[in-house]
Amino acid sequence: MVEGDRMATAAAHRTAHADGAAQEDTSAFQAAFDAAVAAEERIEPRDWMPDAYRATLVRQIAQHAHSEIIGMQPEANWITRAPSLRRKAILMAKVQDEAGHGLYLYSAAETLGTGRDELLDKLHTGRQKYSSIFNYPTLTWADVGAIGWLVDGAAITNQVPLCRCSYGPYARAMVRICKEESFHQRQGYELLLSLSRGTAEQHAMAQDAVDRWWWPSLMMFGPPDDESAHSAQSMAWKIKRHSNDELRQRFVDICVPQAESLGLTLPDPALVWNEERGHHDFGPIDWTEFHDVLKGNGPCNDQRIARRRQAHDEGAWVREAAAAHAAKHGNAGTGATHA
Amino acid sequence: MTATVHTSAALALGDDALVLSHRLGEWAGLAPVLEEEVALANIALDLLGQARVLLSMVGNEDELAYLREERAFRNLQLVEQPNGDFAHTIARQLYFSTYQRLLYGRLAEVQGEFAGLAAKAVKEVAYHQDHAEQWTLRLGDGTDLSHERMSRACESLWRFTGEMFLPLEGVDVDWTGMKDAWLESVSDVLHRATLEVPQGPQSGAWTAGAGRQGLHTESFGRMLAEMQHLHRSHPGATW
Repeated sequence: MVEGDRMATAAAHRTAHADGAAQEDTSAFQAAFDAAVAAEERIEPRDWMPDAYRATLVRQIAQHAHSEIIGMQPEANWITRAPSLRRKAILMAKVQDEAGHGLYLYSAAETLGTGRDELLDKLHTGRQKYSSIFNYPTLTWADVGAIGWLVDGAAITNQVPLCRCSYGPYARAMVRICKEESFHQRQGYELLLSLSRGTAEQHAMAQDAVDRWWWPSLMMFGPPDDESAHSAQSMAWKIKRHSNDELRQRFVDICVPQAESLGLTLPDPALVWNEERGHHDFGPIDWTEFHDVLKGNGPCNDQRIARRRQAHDEGAWVREAAAAHAAKHGNAGTGATHA
Repeated sequence: MTATVHTSAALALGDDALVLSHRLGEWAGLAPVLEEEVALANIALDLLGQARVLLSMVGNEDELAYLREERAFRNLQLVEQPNGDFAHTIARQLYFSTYQRLLYGRLAEVQGEFAGLAAKAVKEVAYHQDHAEQWTLRLGDGTDLSHERMSRACESLWRFTGEMFLPLEGVDVDWTGMKDAWLESVSDVLHRATLEVPQGPQSGAWTAGAGRQGLHTESFGRMLAEMQHLHRSHPGATW
């Protein structure tokens, strides 16, 4: 699209927004919105948008934000036991990054009119979800590496296309998040490489972690395309750019040579290069397990939410104190006033 | 200056940073608000960075961190105290970061083996002190409950503060002047936070320089057991 067309579409879109308040008929706004999305323009917080588009984004961004803060738990589990000071520094920085990602994402959701308190409440009461991958436990140090390599690797595969998401604040948050995630992924790979090339015990620890994290990582892309409830509409809105199965295939193709370089085996006997497709074939995913974990029957579902609620409840007096102090002294600038 | 003096000072300062960093790391995922997850991790990372420089001055950082027994650690008892509630963590931060800011400020100004580290670290520690001060003000002058908790925390950690000002061999600063400056700074913050300056002794039979001599409190052994377990389980392995 040439620059003049883009500006014309944007102008129509914003005019529709400006005139919108008093009108019942939203067809002009809808047309401007559709044109802006078709023209690859970014929708911004003050632009008119369909209610369902807003709701879909809030749901998705909230789920993503919740995943960041719940995802801190399985890794924080190893901060106090990290086996070298270098690894400890890397892990602490990574967990800190996740808290930072949570902050950007809750802020992005806030631009859609839904505040952090409301979203946290929905998380704590089970009305909103987070990525099921974090319902698996980190049992050994190698799991920290497997999460970096596989879980962050899968997340990046999912998230890089979101940098082009039609909603501006989400797309911009994702640019920064993807840069940091890609750093984490390399760190996880490097951790596993050290283990794989280390003692026999360390190698076995790395292989065991990959055995346990491989299949859950593939499930991170969501159900197969023909069973994915929200996919078609999200693709049309350009919130989502590729189907679950496309992204899953891309991830498998990326991981196979990396596993070889690591000297580790991916636990799938059906994994084989298919010359005709130009992709790796892989074995069937156990969707029963996926749905079971999603329903709350994973190994750590209860524990993760209980710990999150515990932190929140035990911190209530601190947030109340910050709010009271701000009220007394007329400054609200701590960010700590969220109840 | 002898090698022995150099070692004991580097270990003392390095162990302070290492141990407090570890304690702050225990907050990950449990902070009262998301912004504090970022802030506490930031402080922990700064301290860990300082610890690595200091320990590397006198040996292999990992051997020193992971293979020494409890009695060989030279950190202050203050920094090993369990996190407790958020008020205890903040009181510990206020006392220690004020000390560290004064100490590194002085070390940065004199020629010596710690000048380079101190010049860099004093900027980090200025932030730690500001963070602790702001939270002391919020908790002290927040709600009745937070005032009560902050007051209790300041009282209960007070007896560990005297140890900070016992002269360290190889660290050439005016320790008496440091103590006066510390008391003035902390008193000012507590006063503004509507808190009393604790009146009890700043040290007792078991706290007067004990940490610097390798005598610690019970929770420290458990902390080290957790910290060292994995490293010690794989002798000679690299990570």
